[in-house]
Amino acid sequence: MIRLSAAPFEPGELLSAFCRDRTEVGAVASFTGLARAEEGATAVLELEAYPGFTEAEIGKIAKRARERFGLADLLVLHRVGRIAPGEAIVFVATAARHRREAFEACDFLMDYLKSRAPFWKKEHGPAGERWIDPRPQDHADVARWD
Amino acid sequence: MARVLLFGPLRDLAGWRERELAAATLSELRAQLRQADPALGEALSAPSVQVALDQAIVRGDAPLGRDAEVAFLPPMSGG
Repeated sequence: MIRLSAAPFEPGELLSAFCRDRTEVGAVASFTGLARAEEGATAVLELEAYPGFTEAEIGKIAKRARERFGLADLLVLHRVGRIAPGEAIVFVATAARHRREAFEACDFLMDYLKSRAPFWKKEHGPAGERWIDPRPQDHADVARWD
Repeated sequence: MARVLLFGPLRDLAGWRERELAAATLSELRAQLRQADPALGEALSAPSVQVALDQAIVRGDAPLGRDAEVAFLPPMSGG
């Protein structure tokens, strides 16, 4: 399932629900990304998406992950709107028969979400506001899977 | 009419997020935007800016159908 949420979410609850009633998958991996305060430089993070297109593009990435790692299931939940430091921005969970596939699929999905999914991120802080470009490291991370 | 959508820093640069323009092709639309706002026109033609026509990425020129939706997408940064 792929979902955008303007409201805060609780990663623990999502993980519990994702694990429930699974008797054959063997392995669930998850990743939670939290908004950083950057030692006071970021008071609020603003996340913009292109509704409809963003979910569809993540859907393509998710389909690739399912095929490449033989996943039984996956969940991607991404915040949009204004996010306070310490709140979760993104939650990814993957289910597979064995742990390696679950770990790698989670890593793969996050690398794509960082620099290839249609999101735009702006920091608001005491020094003003600033759009955040993907870092060279983000591009290198996603290139590992090509 | 084409519905033009700007995202991320492009929206701040232009000072608007959404606008209706009459254009038969993508290049005609770009020319109109450039004429109205040369700085925006230049930003929109940067190689790092992708274009989605009716929610599918297009490269180069393309005809615009009735009620086309054209979105300009600067470098993406999620997570």
